Amino acid sequence: MTQPRTFGPETLALHAGQSPDPAFGARAAPIYFTTSYVFPDADHAAALFNLERPGHVYTRISNPTNAMLEERIAALEGGIGAIAVASGQAALHLAITTLMGAGGHIVASHALYGGSHNLLAYTLPRFGITTTFVDPRNPDAWRAAVRPETRLFFGESLGNPGLDVLDIPAIAGIAHAHRVPLLVDATLVTPCLQRPLALGADLVLHSATKFLGGHGVAVGGLLVDGGRFDWEASGLFPTLTEPYDGFHGMDFAEESPVAAFLLRARREGLRDFGACLSPMNAFQILQGMETLPLRMRAHVANARAVAEHLAAHPLVAHVAWPGLASHPDHALAARLLPDGAGSVLSFELQGGRAAGRAFIEGLRVFSHLANVGDAKSLVIHPASTTHFRMSAQDLAAAGIGEGTVRLSVGLESVDDLIEDLNRGLYAASRVVQG
Amino acid sequence: MELSVNDTPAYVYTGGRPFDRRQAVVVLVHGAGHDHSVWNYQARQLAHHGFSVLAPDLPGHGRSQGAPLPTIEALADWIESLLDAAGVVHAALAGHSMGSLVALQAAAQAPARITKLILLGSVAPMPVAPPLLEAAARTRDSAHAMINQWSYTPASQLGASPVPGVSLTGLNLRLMERQRDGVLANDLAACNAYQGGLEAAGRIRVPCAMLCGERDQMTPRKAVKPLQEALANVPGGARMIVIKGAGHAMMAEAPDAVGDAMRGFLTTT
Ligand SMILES: Cc1ncc(COP(=O)(O)O)c(C=O)c1O
Repeated sequence: MTQPRTFGPETLALHAGQSPDPAFGARAAPIYFTTSYVFPDADHAAALFNLERPGHVYTRISNPTNAMLEERIAALEGGIGAIAVASGQAALHLAITTLMGAGGHIVASHALYGGSHNLLAYTLPRFGITTTFVDPRNPDAWRAAVRPETRLFFGESLGNPGLDVLDIPAIAGIAHAHRVPLLVDATLVTPCLQRPLALGADLVLHSATKFLGGHGVAVGGLLVDGGRFDWEASGLFPTLTEPYDGFHGMDFAEESPVAAFLLRARREGLRDFGACLSPMNAFQILQGMETLPLRMRAHVANARAVAEHLAAHPLVAHVAWPGLASHPDHALAARLLPDGAGSVLSFELQGGRAAGRAFIEGLRVFSHLANVGDAKSLVIHPASTTHFRMSAQDLAAAGIGEGTVRLSVGLESVDDLIEDLNRGLYAASRVVQG
Repeated sequence: MELSVNDTPAYVYTGGRPFDRRQAVVVLVHGAGHDHSVWNYQARQLAHHGFSVLAPDLPGHGRSQGAPLPTIEALADWIESLLDAAGVVHAALAGHSMGSLVALQAAAQAPARITKLILLGSVAPMPVAPPLLEAAARTRDSAHAMINQWSYTPASQLGASPVPGVSLTGLNLRLMERQRDGVLANDLAACNAYQGGLEAAGRIRVPCAMLCGERDQMTPRKAVKPLQEALANVPGGARMIVIKGAGHAMMAEAPDAVGDAMRGFLTTT
């Protein structure tokens, strides 16, 4: 018996989840643009509904193109499976609603993408689900926030936009000591830079809108199940360990101790909330993922050059990128993100709000817009856009100042990026000098 | 459902339908380091088509209490005790890999109770490669990786899964990881030590089917021959059913074909 080998990420990114099309042998991923699927006979139809046979019934619940995407991200993340949904937001919603109902409580990092913060802080409380936000760097704060109703820990691999590195092994340990899973938003790192499940996380979500697609043409989300959390032993998750009248009286953890979460999320959350992904978007995201490992290496190299250039510039008070030794999480990043700390970074311009505006308006290659993770370089001023709802105090707590600029460093020639930044910095300097 | 077998709680999956001993009963015996969930689709298909299914977690596996049993003979005794605990007199037996040896031995031991036999991914004897035995005892993770490599075809390791959105190898890895320490080593040692297979096969006088994955590398088709020939007293001989494209993990890789073959055999013979 020879020693087993596993496939590398470059191979998985190209092949996982996709066999040559059985009908015509197409090598590329076919787009199964169909809402529904013909049943060969009545018995087969009943069998699909009863889960006697796997297969597709209706594209809200599953679709062959979406399944390729799901299986590809599951393979890259080292999970047992995944669910493709309409957006990263939908992935977060699906995770939460699969685990808890009214009365449930979440402990989350306060350094979150603004949209996730909105959902947790303002919208879910209307449905009886509340969140305590904590400093992701402070393990005691996570511990202290746990209540008897806590059902989930949630943080981002790299806090957006503060770039705090989540200490996944430590925070997962605290979550597990309280019998709850850790969900990690790994959008900014992708499985090429970090596999949160191998570090102790239980569930991973992606806004596939970002680096996974890379082209900026398709909104989508992915929720990956690690399959390690023992729902039965925890005893805190009746949605997974008690019969569900809405689906054949199924007790999901009895049906599949490993895949209970995935089963319920698809059979209830996707079916009833309906945030399914279009197969067209799944195809586009798959196209992007084929080159993900190549792109992430290039993103990281450009980000490093940009970060170092900015850090040396007199007009820049501070650069936040965990790949720089000046970042408070530099050592943690070396351990948890050894291949690079992504390509989103933020920096503080001297001269505050006015300098920030002049800087952005002086750029020509960087695009001013509210997104990250495009192959093209992007720039935004959070205090006036993504985080405009937050008070100055909340902003400061999330590591954002009035002059904070966030960059998503793309794949252009790095000399052109640096030239462009110099142009913006020159414009900002004219404001500072009055 | 939970049953008390030999005074020890045992978990038994019934395929999503309440157990009804008045129907034809089928017992599904999982393989080494696994639990009932390897049978999800086949159990549900049988349970929704007139059979009552008992798919236990063997002792020490999954949710069943007790220590794992060290020999195939002891496991076969346990299957008889399971039938007693469920109040079942006659049953068909199906087993996968190690479970196939258990089913074979139980059918030989209790000829009056076992009505039909289905052996999936089965060879006898079932020698286990020494590196795998050793890894199971010392470095579980590498044993799990070896089993995945040898149980799934290259196509299912890299290509599309029959279950939308599920990675078959990922699922199997986590299922094996979930079993308690020592369980896999115990099971593989039991397979390796069992020498009674061919003799037991000679005592089988009920209809018997052998399901073999076309691309099985653990229990390849060629290696199945001696056992098939030893089933000499099976009326009409053991029926060999080749599952196209599948490897050793045939219930996962070809859930429809395996379920259809099992149901077809149980219904028509
Ligand atoms: C880190 C992070 N998570 C989640 C989201 C939400 O994803 P989507 O826009 O696909 O809903 C975003 C979007 O900006 C994000 O940056």
